[in-house]
Amino acid sequence: MAQRYDAVIIGGGHNGLTTAAYLARAGWKTLVLEKRNLLGGATTSDEVVPGYTFSVLSYVVSLLRPEIIRELELAKHGLEILPLDGTFTPLHGDYLWRRDDHAATLREIRRWSATDADAYEEYGQLMAEMARFIKPILGMVPPDPTSIDPRDWLGVVGLGRDFARLPERQQAAFIGLMTMSAADFLDQWFETEPLKATMSASGIIGTFLGVRSPGTAYVLLHHYMGEIDGAFRAWGLHRGGTGAISAAIASAARALGAEIRTGAGVSRVTLTLSGDRATGVVLESGEEIAANVVISSADVRRTFLQLLEPRVLPADFEAQVRRFKFRGSSGKVNLALDALPSFTTNPGGTEYLRGAVSISPSLEHMERAYDEAKYGRFSRRPYVDIVFPSLVDPSVAPPGKHVMSCFVQYAPYNLAEGPGDWDNQKEAFGNAVIDLVSEFAPNLRDVIVEKQVVSPLDMERDWGLTEGNIFHGELSLEQLFFSRPIPGWARYRTPIRAYWMCGSSTHPGGGIMGSNGRLAALELLKARKAKVA
Amino acid sequence: MTVGTAFHPRTAALNEHLQWRTWSGFFAASAYHDSPVIEYNAIREAAALIDVSPLFKYELRGPDAVRLVDRLIVRDASKLVPGRVFYTPWCDEHGKVIDEGTIHRLEDEDEAQVIRWTAADPQIRWLRMNAHGLDVTVRDASESVAAVALQGPLGRTVPEAGTGVSFADLGYFRRRRATLAGIPVDVSRTGYTGDLGYELWIPSERAVEAWDALVAAGEPYRVRPAGMLALDLVRLEAGLVLIEVDYTSAVHSQIPSQAYSPYEIGLGRLVNLGSGDFVGRRALVAELAAGGPARRLVGLEIEWPEIEALFAAQGLAPSAPAIVSRVPVPIFAGGQQVGRVTSTGWSPILKKMLGLASVGFAHARPGTRLAMEWTVEARRGTVTARVVDLPFFDPPRKRA
Repeated sequence: MAQRYDAVIIGGGHNGLTTAAYLARAGWKTLVLEKRNLLGGATTSDEVVPGYTFSVLSYVVSLLRPEIIRELELAKHGLEILPLDGTFTPLHGDYLWRRDDHAATLREIRRWSATDADAYEEYGQLMAEMARFIKPILGMVPPDPTSIDPRDWLGVVGLGRDFARLPERQQAAFIGLMTMSAADFLDQWFETEPLKATMSASGIIGTFLGVRSPGTAYVLLHHYMGEIDGAFRAWGLHRGGTGAISAAIASAARALGAEIRTGAGVSRVTLTLSGDRATGVVLESGEEIAANVVISSADVRRTFLQLLEPRVLPADFEAQVRRFKFRGSSGKVNLALDALPSFTTNPGGTEYLRGAVSISPSLEHMERAYDEAKYGRFSRRPYVDIVFPSLVDPSVAPPGKHVMSCFVQYAPYNLAEGPGDWDNQKEAFGNAVIDLVSEFAPNLRDVIVEKQVVSPLDMERDWGLTEGNIFHGELSLEQLFFSRPIPGWARYRTPIRAYWMCGSSTHPGGGIMGSNGRLAALELLKARKAKVA
Repeated sequence: MTVGTAFHPRTAALNEHLQWRTWSGFFAASAYHDSPVIEYNAIREAAALIDVSPLFKYELRGPDAVRLVDRLIVRDASKLVPGRVFYTPWCDEHGKVIDEGTIHRLEDEDEAQVIRWTAADPQIRWLRMNAHGLDVTVRDASESVAAVALQGPLGRTVPEAGTGVSFADLGYFRRRRATLAGIPVDVSRTGYTGDLGYELWIPSERAVEAWDALVAAGEPYRVRPAGMLALDLVRLEAGLVLIEVDYTSAVHSQIPSQAYSPYEIGLGRLVNLGSGDFVGRRALVAELAAGGPARRLVGLEIEWPEIEALFAAQGLAPSAPAIVSRVPVPIFAGGQQVGRVTSTGWSPILKKMLGLASVGFAHARPGTRLAMEWTVEARRGTVTARVVDLPFFDPPRKRA
């Protein structure tokens, strides 16, 4: 065997690369193995149409932790995040435009409902407070519920103490967030349909739930925690597409001494004869690589059911892995455009398109979209979250041309005809999205140069996202914090010694956050009593 | 009375929130858009148009124009051949900085050398006073020349689209003439952003036409106007000092400690003591002989987690300011004040709180950890600020 590494990381997505960077920073001989020829995993962009760069899967960034940007000096490696301002909800004959001007937004909401404008202030304040209360969890390694080491619990005790100190009204709001549906939660404040519907959307992204399903209120908060510039709740785009984020992290990792190989798919993890300790990996090419620690950034199902020989895991653990819910529910439609589409009713100019455009006219629209998905059909009239990255970042399209990214929900992985039928239904799915958007922007079809439709099946086949779940498993409450991915195994370790996890299936979940990768590396270094840097 | 610059007929219509400040008696937009961050991003990710017409501009003309320059600036002006631009401070006889700016050598006309001298403050009296005995005339061109900066990664693409000629061969701190929509303009590879960019020097009477031509050329590239708030952020990232903020002009200093030598404001690298005399040279030689000045300009990276902790101690969510603070703040080492932080701001691109500071020489080495005052809810605290090399942000495209 040629080389021996301190750590081999399976998967070159943003989390795998982040783990590699932190381990290399601590002086470990580190190797990243990526199956595809392109780094980034789901954090990827590609010139699918000549001159047009699509952020093929994940398309906005908000949760990428500032401490990672600082600690890995990502700006020096080309990281440039641009804020995405405002949300435009087109309607038939009207619109709702919330923008990065507080007073203008309140005036706009007042046009719909005077009380909603006041409520909007109260709601924003409450969510900021909730986000502040819950945010430390994102940077905290969850405790093992069975641990008696008090140090493990310090962070949580602090959280409990903070909870006890919250005013009663906020405690109630917190309980509401943990238990209610997004629609019910928002109904407490607002009466304007397009406002509620648009806000409720963040409660369902990446879940197989509807806006009226209990538990979705919490996901509202999860997305509210997106942080740019230390301020809460802002979303951004990456210059050159999200793939540039992975490129920046990869460049930082390389500069710190990590080795990165693409086109190097891992077929399995090798174990000691006793089967309880990882010793390295075997590539699809047959090449064997020895390592002191193997870290998987693949999702939990791949990590345990595909990369390990059968029957090496404890049976109850394996059963829980099988029960972990993926249930991919979304698709992407990426369009190369000749010109911007014009929305029939708009405030003039093109500034209203510089943020998100949300096809979410009413809560009923949102819930009906889910109704179809429940029975294995893609939504004929889905919820669509559109951004035009070329409006903020001209580098992704030829001069004067545009890129339109449509995140579409619901596109259930499990079609009534089975996931395999996605290849037959994909075209119709893409057309349904274009038809729906065309209701509000009738010239859309005329300006489309080329389209790319990504189904959940594509996400599974091409990016290794099990069941096409963009977050490596649903962000539902029972799959978060110390239950993510498996109760008792939220600390990045696995039942196999020297086999660790660092992907989005782990705490704190999916999104281009990098916390998983960073926390896994720091926890591993701590466990090995190695210096962090 | 404050007046508009030559671009005012266009910039006034773009200033959505009527956010103006005054700059040398002219209206200058603080921000045109909902947020200065939009404009900051235009500078760092696309291209921005910045009206810098309020700069003072002087035309030096005559066989001795370069000699006048050489007499005043700390650099060796004999290297200032036609087509070159110098960024330089100039000093009074005590070696204290009066101002700094860019000095452009235009093409000679007959026997006359022609210089465009730009400054933050009026200089005509100083220039004329020092022209004594030289064959050079100094004319105030501040109002007859309008200036607009085109800055950002597409800062070259836009003027190329506007003029139809390539600027790829125009090196960093070089200039040449060009024609923009039939208007004679002068293009210099300069700016106050630390990014790729150019400044266009335009006859005032055709400023509006030129603006329209640039906007039309820039439309496919999403060019945006940017105001002073965004400019302040990018110049901080680029580690560029601002007069009356990071140092006081010797002309305005009321006490000796308010006057700064070039060595004290990070411009020592420009000082050339070896090639001929200039105003202030002897004082600077003496300053160096005495071991250099007692204080230095440094860059600071301020520990954000500690700022968060100060917010948390008040039960508040942390918030990063969107604009640069120009309020001077004390900075300490071992409990003793060792200097002041003069510009403080959050870099959206680096995700770091940055500062420019003037600190004692003993504390100026990169890596030195100092304690800077930080106030949250009117409660004073201190946070760690680490001395780092400048500039904070230095993309290769700046010189590419």
